[in-house]
Amino acid sequence: MSKRLEGKVALVTGGTTGIGAATVARLTAEGAKVWFTGSKEEAAAALVAETGAVFRKHRVQDAAAWAPLIDEIIATEGRLDIAFANAGTESGDGSIEDVGIEGWDNVVAVNQTGVMLTVQNAILGMKRNPEGPAGSIINNSSMNATRPLGNYVTYSVTKAAVCALAKSAAVHCGQQGYKIRVNAILPGVVETPLIQQIMNAQPDPAAARAMYEGMAPLKRMAQLNEVAGLVAYLSSDEAGFISGAEYAIDGATTAGMMGV
Amino acid sequence: MELSAQRLKGRVAFVSGGLRGIGLACAQRFLAEGAEVVLSDLDAEDSDTVRDVMAQLGQAASYISANVAKEEDWERAVALVKERHGKCHILVNNAGIDLTGPVEELSMDGWRRIMSINVDGVFLGTKHFVPLMAQSGTEFRGGSSIINVSSIMGLVGMNEVSAYNASKGAVRLFTKGIAIEFAQKKMPIRANSLHPGFVETPLLKAGFQRWVDQGFAEKPDDLVAGVVGMTPIGRLAQPEELASAAFFLASEDSSYMTGTELVIDGGYTAQ
Repeated sequence: MSKRLEGKVALVTGGTTGIGAATVARLTAEGAKVWFTGSKEEAAAALVAETGAVFRKHRVQDAAAWAPLIDEIIATEGRLDIAFANAGTESGDGSIEDVGIEGWDNVVAVNQTGVMLTVQNAILGMKRNPEGPAGSIINNSSMNATRPLGNYVTYSVTKAAVCALAKSAAVHCGQQGYKIRVNAILPGVVETPLIQQIMNAQPDPAAARAMYEGMAPLKRMAQLNEVAGLVAYLSSDEAGFISGAEYAIDGATTAGMMGV
Repeated sequence: MELSAQRLKGRVAFVSGGLRGIGLACAQRFLAEGAEVVLSDLDAEDSDTVRDVMAQLGQAASYISANVAKEEDWERAVALVKERHGKCHILVNNAGIDLTGPVEELSMDGWRRIMSINVDGVFLGTKHFVPLMAQSGTEFRGGSSIINVSSIMGLVGMNEVSAYNASKGAVRLFTKGIAIEFAQKKMPIRANSLHPGFVETPLLKAGFQRWVDQGFAEKPDDLVAGVVGMTPIGRLAQPEELASAAFFLASEDSSYMTGTELVIDGGYTAQ
């Protein structure tokens, strides 16, 4: 059962680095044909060379750019089975007192409107599958959906929003008789290139690392391939009865009280 | 990136309530992934059911008749696993019963019985397997894995299901408690709970038949139709779909997942 996604076509947004890139690699290894989007063209080229996946420069919040992307995937591959709504940002975010309207709007545009557009357009694509509407959509939320951060109000709010969005879309798809499942994953602190940059920019990088590692009872950060493993499972037909669910992958961080 | 075809090769699993339903499906899946499996249930070791199931599961599986509510039975089970395999990486605390009825009519004996199987059974299985699983957990990335079968009834309440609700809610938080405990002590054991919705199992059939006998419906199929109509995915789950989640939690793929709850309910509780 090593190639669970043979014959399936996947779309990963924000796929050029971090969790997205690891997922592109994992879904490819499981046998899927993967398309991924993002803005970092150099990183994308390397990932294309490594995996054979297809890259398209594309911004998730750009509503008008979605139909052409889905059309191209369906025209090329004939189908769409998996969508991982992964693109996210915290650029311009702050606390409830500090956040400016531009920062708020930017984070909402990518994390919330972008995910809505991803789910909406993925469903439209999956409805065009030859055997009828079928597929699996996974929203990348965060443990901060349930344990919001004081200094990242917009990020926390948008990550909660995409959980509700996954449930609403899951219920809708069920009501319409589509075999399309929609779920959310809630990672804890993941050792992404972004987190590594943040740690290395601190006066004491080792202390910063210890702080991030200490947040989970497991006393380490998640590795990228661990999150990709969960996405692969939810993408597969093995997860055929899972819809409208929120799966935490956080080393027990939200199982208890923070820091206790 | 190379993915192995048998992702549980070299692992030993113990599954309580393993002769039917979700437990049997877990045993079958673990065996298919290359694990060796010991299962327990209440049936006598020389019964026809045990003989048939074990013939079907093959040489990598073995059986012990054990009552999850009895501590001495767990001591025997651990002793058997140690003797036969010397290790244990996966424990599925699956055995469970249901109990329904108006709360004012539930008997103390009935309450004690469901708690003894659904809650004491999970506690005792964990307590007695943890030392062995802590040793074996260093052998694989992600360590050993305890999978406790709760229910969506451990997340949401239901009319005349209060005792089952209480027992499955206990399993949910017991699991989070031990997950944090193992992590903080750096013991290589993860613990997570599964929350099935309505699954086509002997337990579900027996429960629906009881509701028919009590006059809630004319026939079990009417109850199935009612449940299916309320489930966004529009069908009952098959035991294999729970087994695939148990397999995921048993495998290295879930190595960062502990203290969490996997809801597998076709969207029932998302509404």
